[in-house]
Amino acid sequence: MHTDLIVVVPTWVLLAYLVAGVCFILALRGLSSPDTSRRGNLTGMAGMAIAIATTLSVHEVASLLEIVGAMLVGGGIGLVTARKIQMTAMPQLVAAFHSLVGMAAVLVGASAYLNPIAFDIAVRITPIASPSIISIFPASRVEMGLGVAIGAITFSGSVIAFLKLNGNMSGKPILLPGRHVINFGTLAAILGLIAYFTQDQSPWVFFTAMGLSFAVGFLLIIPIGGADMPVVISMLNSYSGWAAAAMGFTLHNTAMVITGALVGSSGAILSYIMCRAMNRSFLSVISGGFGGEAVAGGTAAAIDRPYKRGSAEDAAFLMKQAEQVIIVPGYGMAVAQAQHAVREMADLLKKEGVKVKYAIHPVAGRMPGHMNVLLAEANVPYDEVFELEDINSEFAQTDVAYVIGANDVTNPAAKSDKSSPIYGMPVLDVEKARTCLFVKRSMGGVGYAGIDNELFYRDNTMMLLGDAKKMTEEIVKALG
Amino acid sequence: MDFISILSIFVLACFVGYYVVWSVTPALHTPLMSVTNAISSVIVVGALIAAAAAGSPSSKWLGLVAVALASVNIFGGFAVTQRMLSMYRKRDR
Repeated sequence: MHTDLIVVVPTWVLLAYLVAGVCFILALRGLSSPDTSRRGNLTGMAGMAIAIATTLSVHEVASLLEIVGAMLVGGGIGLVTARKIQMTAMPQLVAAFHSLVGMAAVLVGASAYLNPIAFDIAVRITPIASPSIISIFPASRVEMGLGVAIGAITFSGSVIAFLKLNGNMSGKPILLPGRHVINFGTLAAILGLIAYFTQDQSPWVFFTAMGLSFAVGFLLIIPIGGADMPVVISMLNSYSGWAAAAMGFTLHNTAMVITGALVGSSGAILSYIMCRAMNRSFLSVISGGFGGEAVAGGTAAAIDRPYKRGSAEDAAFLMKQAEQVIIVPGYGMAVAQAQHAVREMADLLKKEGVKVKYAIHPVAGRMPGHMNVLLAEANVPYDEVFELEDINSEFAQTDVAYVIGANDVTNPAAKSDKSSPIYGMPVLDVEKARTCLFVKRSMGGVGYAGIDNELFYRDNTMMLLGDAKKMTEEIVKALG
Repeated sequence: MDFISILSIFVLACFVGYYVVWSVTPALHTPLMSVTNAISSVIVVGALIAAAAAGSPSSKWLGLVAVALASVNIFGGFAVTQRMLSMYRKRDR
C-alpha cells in the first residue's frame, strides 16, 4: 500500500497570505473616517493582488491563458458595472455581488470535490492489484460541505434579495404554509448529509446537500418583506463571509480565513445595528411576514382626519425665516432621485443664513448607510450629516424639520402607543421642531409597517403633497 | 497547517473583525458592505488552484467560471467602493 506525501507549503507563501489578511483588516480599519477610507481601500486592493500573485506563483499553472482570460472578462464586467451603476441602485448591486461570492464558493467547493489532489485535501490509496482510490480527508469533507452549503444559501438568498430590491419581484412577503417546518427540516437534512459525507464521499451526498442548500436560501428570503431588506442584505453579507472562511479552512489558507471572519462579523454587526434600529429581534425579522398586509386596528378609519396642507411657496417662506432646518431623508428620496434637488435647496437656504443639517435614521433606505452615500453623491459635506442619537435632541431648538421620503422612522406612535407595531423603535423627534414639513406623494399611502402616522394631523405639521423631487424643485424655485 | 492553528487564526480574526467593524463610522456602512464584498472574493485563491491544476477538466472549468465570477466582484467591488469614497468630502470653508 502506498500513499502520496502531503505537499509542504513554503514559509514565504504562508507569510504572503498572512500579509494579505492584514491588508484586509487595514482596509476595514480605514473606514473609521472618510479621510482614511480611500487609503484603506487601496490597501485592500494590494492585499488582493498579493493573494492572487502568491497563488499563481506557487502552483503549477497549466492554463495561464484561460485564467487571464477569465479574469479579464470578469474584471471588465465588474469595472463597467462599478462605473455605470446609479448610487440609488447600490442595494441591488451589493446583493448581486453577494450572490457571486456565494456562487464562487459553491464552484470552488465543487471543483475541490472533483479534483481533491490538486487542493492537497486527499490521499491516493493504492491497494495491491486494484485501481487506486482517492480519499478526501474527513475534516476536509466537513469544511467543504459547510462551505458549499453556506455558499449556496448565500447565492440563492441574494438572488431573491436582488430581485426584490430591483423591483423584478414584489417586495411583499410570500408566506408558504408550514414554512418554518420546511426550512428547519431542510437545514437539518443538509447538516445530516454533511455528517454522512464523512462516511461516504459519493457524489449523490455532496450534490444533494448542495441542491438542498440552494433551495433553503430561496425559501429563507421569500417570506421577508422589502422594508426588512437592510437586515437581509447585512445577513447575506455575513453569510458570504462565513462561506469564504469555510473554504479557507478547506484550503488551509490564512488570507481566506481572516477575511471570512472579518466579513462574517461585519455582516453580523450590521444586522444587529439594523435590528436594534427597528426594535425587532433578529429572529422576528428572518421569520418574515412583516410589512405585508396592513396591520389590524385603525388604519382605514384614519383617512379623513383633518390635516394642514401647504404649497411649495409656504414651505420656502417658512424655511427662509428659520434659523435652523433639519432635513430628514428616507427611502422615498432615493426612489424619486431627489438628493440633488435637496442639496440645491440646502445651498439656497445657507445663502440666506439658515443653518442646515441632515438627520439620518439607521434604517432609512434599503441598506445600511444608503442615505449617506446618496447625500455624498449630491455633494453634501459629510460633516453636515448626523446620526439619530447625535441630532435627536436638536429638533426641539429647530424651526423647521423637512421630512422627505421617510415615514415610519418619524412616527411618534413608536414612543407613546404601546399597541403600535413599531412601539419602542427609536424615531427622529421631528414633531418637536416648531414646524414639520412632510413631503409625501398622497395622504392615502402608509409606510412599510402599514400604519398611519400621527404626525400628519398635528397642528405644527404641514403636508407637502407631491413627488419628492418635484416638490423640492418647486421650493428651490420659490427660494431663488 | 494543522486544524488548531487555523482555528486559532479564525477565532482571533473574529475578535479583530468585531472591534474593527464597530469602529466604522455609520456614514460609511454602505462602502463597508461593498468593500467586504470585494475582499470576500479572496475565495478566488481556491478558484485559481482549481483552474491551474491539471488532471480534471471538469474541475478546471468550474474553477475558471469561479475565477470569472470572483473577478467581477474583486474589480467591481473595489472600484465601486473607491467611487463612493471619493464622493465623501468635508464642507468647503
